[in-house]
Amino acid sequence: MSQELIIDAKNIIKRFYVGQENELEILHGIDLQVNRGEFVSIVGSSGSGKSTLMNIVGILDKPTEGTYSLNGIDVCAAKDVELSRIRNQQIGFVFQTYNLIARTTALANVELPLLYAGVSASKRKERAEELLEMVGMTDRMMHTPDELSGGQKQRVAIARALANNPSLILADEPTGALDSKTGRTVMDLFHKLHEEQGITIVLITHSNELAEETQRLLTLRDGVIIGERKGATYAA
Amino acid sequence: MLLENIRLALIALKANKLRTFLTMLGIIIGLASMVMIMTIGNAMNNMVNSQMGDMGANNLYLYVTVKATDENGNEIDYNSARDMKNTDYLTKEMMEDILKRYQGRVEGISLSGNLGNSKVVDGKNYANIRIAGVNPMAYKSANLKILAGNGFAPGDYDRGSKVCLVSDKYVNNMFDGDMDAALGQTVEAVVSNKYYNYTIVGVYEFNARSAMAGSEKNVVTDCVVPLKAVMQQNPELANMISEITVVAAEGEDSTRLAAEIAKYVNEKYYKNNDTYEVAYYSLKQEAETLQKILNAVKYAFMAVGAISLLVGGIGVMNIMIVSIVERTREIGTRKALGATNGYIRLQFITESAVVCLVGGTIGIIIGLLLGQVVAMVLGASGMPTVGGILGCLLFSMGFGVFFGYYPANRAAKLNPIDALRYE
Repeated sequence: MSQELIIDAKNIIKRFYVGQENELEILHGIDLQVNRGEFVSIVGSSGSGKSTLMNIVGILDKPTEGTYSLNGIDVCAAKDVELSRIRNQQIGFVFQTYNLIARTTALANVELPLLYAGVSASKRKERAEELLEMVGMTDRMMHTPDELSGGQKQRVAIARALANNPSLILADEPTGALDSKTGRTVMDLFHKLHEEQGITIVLITHSNELAEETQRLLTLRDGVIIGERKGATYAA
Repeated sequence: MLLENIRLALIALKANKLRTFLTMLGIIIGLASMVMIMTIGNAMNNMVNSQMGDMGANNLYLYVTVKATDENGNEIDYNSARDMKNTDYLTKEMMEDILKRYQGRVEGISLSGNLGNSKVVDGKNYANIRIAGVNPMAYKSANLKILAGNGFAPGDYDRGSKVCLVSDKYVNNMFDGDMDAALGQTVEAVVSNKYYNYTIVGVYEFNARSAMAGSEKNVVTDCVVPLKAVMQQNPELANMISEITVVAAEGEDSTRLAAEIAKYVNEKYYKNNDTYEVAYYSLKQEAETLQKILNAVKYAFMAVGAISLLVGGIGVMNIMIVSIVERTREIGTRKALGATNGYIRLQFITESAVVCLVGGTIGIIIGLLLGQVVAMVLGASGMPTVGGILGCLLFSMGFGVFFGYYPANRAAKLNPIDALRYE
């Protein structure tokens, strides 16, 4: 079966303080392939290198060695301006700490990636309203982040991540700051987006329980992927 | 995109009202003082110009004075120079010569001579006057407003008729303000033990500006008489003219004309005079000197304003740096969402420009108001030019861009990972 590769990373090595006495290798040659429409999780305890990997996958950082193409684009060769565009068009970030822009409304937050993409004001509003409706936040559109609960904030953040129809949603501990009940609703939202819209999701977490819900589970330890298997409780 | 940035900037500035206000304060004070000084400066210039207009900007004065050196090139000491003799004074021939030679460039020569001051008494009424003889040009230059009577008849100047114009103040003092009763009456005055009398043919409006210090009752006003009458009564006045006022024609450069006339008169009439010659000055020249001084003062104050503006600008820069550090995570998030470095830079430059523009606008308004108040106290009016105000606005915005660039650039260059992880 020919499947379209969204993430195609080969032999990723990441070193810090290169050339200095305290040179440190965090990732020791990681291969990672994710197909369109997959829901994959990367599990690891703190210090396993999962944050570094996520930065590289999210092209916030470049690998020291290895190749990485995202949706067919070789990101290692791209310039800064192109990287900004790729982040804007191809990736939707969901952070543990939501990272909504303070003092601006939920609507304005969702509009932001569209603004950077150069979408006109009226179309931005239309699209943002549609997305907020999808995550069930229509009645909170005009609220600023400090007027929203954690779960609501994360739902706004997910709507924002989806704004430009990215090829990949990259979620870094999305339930880490939420109680288990709200965390559940956020996970349910990811499942819904994956099943109903076929959105590709990479979930980075330290929680095995959450990882087991996903299609494919990769375990990272000390900068190496030590295991890969199907999620035990994935229901599809 | 720019509109969006301005909106964002306003939101960011509203979020921290006190800090924004304090940041703006430097800009407000700086621009307010600049605009105030411009307003006051213009008001002063207007005042000088209007005073000049009243006094005759076209007037130039020729006067007889001691030469710098004698025919042998020796310096002449002003204090030990011999007294003026009859042949040293300006004569009627010279004046006619000037009028003829500079016909068209000179409107006329204004000549006046005062017999002196006198207290006119009638019962318990009294008034202080100065008997002032005028020729037609001097009368015209004085620009008197006639309130009652026919004024001088055409032949009065040539005949030296003993008629006069008195001020409304004189009428108030002597005739309880009844102008019609004053007409045809006689002014009887004694100057240096000599008795003079003139028939009142008109009443003019006294101009308060020329009033001497003293009470309303004791104010000295001119009793205006044809020059010839005064000269006949005191021949010295006719023979001892040491200063004349030449009225230049409209559009003439009075300073240049004065120099030309003085040169001409000196070469023709004073070449062989051992001690005296003619010198000149013009009001225009005086006014220009005054204006130069005023401008120098204005620029000095503007420099002070500019320094406070500079301090304000540094304050803006400082606050922008603090604000960017505080918003590091926001910057990281924006970068993760696809903002380019250029966009981040623009966002913060816009914020800084908006602070300066808003502060600048407030400063300009305060400056205009304060300037008006000070100008009003000085008794003058003036507004800075629209160009000046627009210049100030553009300047304050440019200022914001200039002082916002460095912090904005720092924000733009932040590494997204570091920015996102910043606590």
